[in-house]
Order: sequence, then C-alpha cells, then structure tokens
Amino acid sequence: MNKKKLWMIIGGLVIGVMSGLLVKFGNPGNMGVCIACFLRDISGSLGLHSTSKLAYIRPEVIGIVLGGFIAAIITKEFNVKGGSSPFIRFLLGMTVMIGALAFLGCPLRMVLRLGGGDLNAIIGILGFACGILVGIYFLNKGFSLKRNYKQPKAGGYMLPAIMVTLLALVIIKPAFLIFGVEGNLPPHAPILLSLTAGLITGVIAQRTRLCMVGGIRDSVMFKDSYLLLGFVSIFVGALITNLIFGNFNLGFEGQPAAHSVWYVNFIGMVVAGWGSVLLGGCPLRQLVLSSEGNVDSSVTIMGLMMGAGIAHNLKLVGAADNTMPALMILIGFLLFVSLVNRD
Amino acid sequence: MTIDTSGLSCPEPVLKTKQAIKNQPASLEVLVDNNTALQNVKRFLENNKYTVTIEDYLLKAKK
Repeated sequence: MNKKKLWMIIGGLVIGVMSGLLVKFGNPGNMGVCIACFLRDISGSLGLHSTSKLAYIRPEVIGIVLGGFIAAIITKEFNVKGGSSPFIRFLLGMTVMIGALAFLGCPLRMVLRLGGGDLNAIIGILGFACGILVGIYFLNKGFSLKRNYKQPKAGGYMLPAIMVTLLALVIIKPAFLIFGVEGNLPPHAPILLSLTAGLITGVIAQRTRLCMVGGIRDSVMFKDSYLLLGFVSIFVGALITNLIFGNFNLGFEGQPAAHSVWYVNFIGMVVAGWGSVLLGGCPLRQLVLSSEGNVDSSVTIMGLMMGAGIAHNLKLVGAADNTMPALMILIGFLLFVSLVNRD
Repeated sequence: MTIDTSGLSCPEPVLKTKQAIKNQPASLEVLVDNNTALQNVKRFLENNKYTVTIEDYLLKAKK
C-alpha cells in the first residue's frame, strides 16, 4: 500500500474517532461533525431561519475552514480563483442543503449515522449513490460548469475572516445573535474541543482531499478507490468509538436526529448526491476548497446556508408534508442544469 | 497532444485525460493548474500504465 492511501486511512479513522468523541462530550447523537446541520445551526444564529432551538455558531465549521486555510498557506496551495458559474453553484448549494436536510445530514453525517447503527443511513447511501450515478451520466455526456480564473485576493481571505469573526462571536455570545431558546443552547461539545476537532479535520481534509461524493464517483468513473478509503475509514473510526462509549444503537427507529420515512431519506440523498457531483465535491470539500481560496466554493457555502434558511422557514426538513414536493422541484432543477450545461 | 484542464472542477481534469487516452496514444501532455488535479491525473495515468514525468504543472505521459 502506498503512503498516500495509508494517510487517507489514518486521516479517515482520526475524523471518525473525533466525531464519536464529540458526541460523547456533548454534540447531538451521530452528529460529531455534520456540515449541513452545522451550517444550518450557524444560519439560525445569524437569523436566516427561525428554528431558534437549533441556533448555534458551531466551532467545528470554523475549525475546518481555518485548518484548511492554514494547511493551504503552509503548502502554498492557497490560490484565489473563481468565476465558474457562481450563480448556478449558489443554487446547487441551496439544492444540496435542502436534499441533505430532508435526510437530516450531509454525506459525512450519513456515514457517521451508519457508524452509530442508524440503518436509515443505508437507505441514504443508496440514494446518494443513485444521485452520483445520475451525475456521472451527465459528466460523461460533457456536463461542465466551465473553467475558473484568477480572482482578486480579498475574496479568498473573506471566508476565513468571517470564520475568525464567528469564533469571536460564539465566545462573546452578543445579544443581537440567536443562541438557542432562552439561553438553552442546542446540545454541543465544549467550544475548545469542537474547534480543535474542526481544525484537525480541516488539515486532514485539505491534505488528503477527502470528499464523500468523490469516493463513489471516482470508484465508478476511474476505478480509483483512493477517496473511498476515507469514506470507509471514517465509518470504521466512528463505529469503534460509538461501540466503546455505548453510543451504538442498531435499527431504523428511535435514532437521534433522524426519521425513518425511507423514500424521503432516499430522494433527499439522490438530490444531495447529484447536486454534489455537479458541484465537484460534497459540502465538506466545498468548505475546504473555500479555505484554499476558491471563491466559487465560498459562494456555494452561502448557497448552502440560504438553503438551510429556506428549508427551515418553509418546513421542508425531515419527512414534513412539504418535503417531497420541494425535492421534486429540485430534481427538475438538477435535470435542467445537467441537460443545458453541456460542451 | 496536449490537453488543458486549467480551472476545471473535479473530476473533469481526470475525465478529459480518460477521454484523451481512449485510443491509447503513445504519449500525451496534460496541463493542470493545482496540486489536487496534478495528483489525480498522475494517479490515473499511472493506473493506466503510463510513465509520468512532471514539469511544474505539466504532466508528460509515455506508454
């Protein structure tokens, strides 16, 4: 086995174990790290939706961006680029978020949920894989969001700067932001622990190029299992940690922050997988690309946060009445973009 | 033959390379503009039995 693969396995295991530890130290069940959920919580804190009981500035997200940023600066991989269909990427970000929140988790949390024994995640993975296969079909037909180009430097520094600001705000907790309801914060690990885990995750993800959508995509398209190793290692790390701390609970019902309406789980992750393939990476990868100076990915993050706001305000989260109609509209949107954006 | 993958998102640099080696050319060059694409294209070419030498962001592949 070559060195790169070994590092990917170690990196995946570390992220899986840290996720299990974050749950042990206070994060919601099977939610050591979830990019969709945590961006949603930040959206809530900034007032983009009114589900205040979920409003919290999650230090894990701050850590991932700053960890990726530091790693990119040190390795001279920080390059400010953008201009590859920013508006479509914004809308795809919204789409991926709404799909992920129908399932209740980004692709990373999907793997963590499986590591906690939540069998609904298997339905999610099947949907995710189907979405990826559809995306691959259109990639092979020539789908492209076209090239990006060098951009003025300030744009690349903005997301890390916003994260530093958010870190100050989560420590100060000023009254103009929303943090839970009447001082009751949503379940969370201590700030320093969350931030450290985020920083380590950011460094690992930047160095290994970890991407949850890339694992299945590259295995199918190029018979390349490198990224899939990360996907599997995270599962193994989380599984072992959950078993040790008694957080493993096998079944479909009664899972933390989950529902068991299979078709919503399935279609939600079809949307998230398809959208992520068109974007070129899962939400975690978008955070890391942003930290490397990719301003299109920063736009995508803003789209994800807007999507979270809309999903909660219009009650499209989990298996609500409005969820399936919304997912159908989003599939129409994905089909349109996939068909129109061809070489 | 040189293919330019600058500025393209994953997995387009590797996909363009895959399309370029369909007819098994004896040699080709792939231009990338970041380390991720560089590593991905290199790994793909080596998995397909090409020997790869790298000059800055230009990959030179030979059978």
